[in-house]
Amino acid sequence: MTFNYDVPGDDFTRAGEASGDLKKKLKKLGFPSSVIRRVSIALYEGEINMVIHANGGHITADVNTDEINLTLADVGPGIPDIEKAMQDGYSTASDQVRNLGFGAGMGLPNMKRNSDEISIETELGVGTTVRMKILNQ
Amino acid sequence: MNVRDTAEKCGFEIVAGEEALDRDISGVYCCDLLSFAMGRAPEDCAWITVMGNMNSVAVASLADVACIVLCDGVRPDAEMMKKARQEDIAILCSGVPAFETGKMIFDTI
Repeated sequence: MTFNYDVPGDDFTRAGEASGDLKKKLKKLGFPSSVIRRVSIALYEGEINMVIHANGGHITADVNTDEINLTLADVGPGIPDIEKAMQDGYSTASDQVRNLGFGAGMGLPNMKRNSDEISIETELGVGTTVRMKILNQ
Repeated sequence: MNVRDTAEKCGFEIVAGEEALDRDISGVYCCDLLSFAMGRAPEDCAWITVMGNMNSVAVASLADVACIVLCDGVRPDAEMMKKARQEDIAILCSGVPAFETGKMIFDTI
């Protein structure tokens, strides 16, 4: 089954709504807590990135018994240097964002760590699409 | 030991999450960077932080911690209280710094 979420840009009061909702749905569907935790962390980090950097976007969660596929698409500025962005501790977040406790440079590394497969397509000035697969195992 | 008894023994104020006070605490985690806490806080731990805003509640819920402990006299803002009620997350307030707060919980549970 597929769940769709719109992520509003620059609105920290609503950041986490998609990951929170998907977590509840996976719990109801009976997925193990270790899988739910990985999906929640990977998706929340992606959601926060969309709020901070991309003025929002759209999330599609495709849930099957053996795997969960997450697609996060935005029309933001794109990622100039993916290799750097994947490094622990590298961040381009503003001071205002850091004061809220974000911007530790752990977003993409956490997404990679908690998914079994990750791919990132990005084009400057066009947008970014991140795809993550989390196996139910 | 559960959240309610830990709060009582340590002298922490319970400010939110009446529904979550019976949850057992299995460890202590201390960090103010949300992505660190998100990725590394163990399930069922007491998470100590000074971040008294609603994003801490989202992280606590997704990482499945037993409770948030705001240390050093920090109080939750109104949005955090509202979100904690929605998500059934217990929030405790401690008047002492993170290390002392963590030691008290560690010695109690």
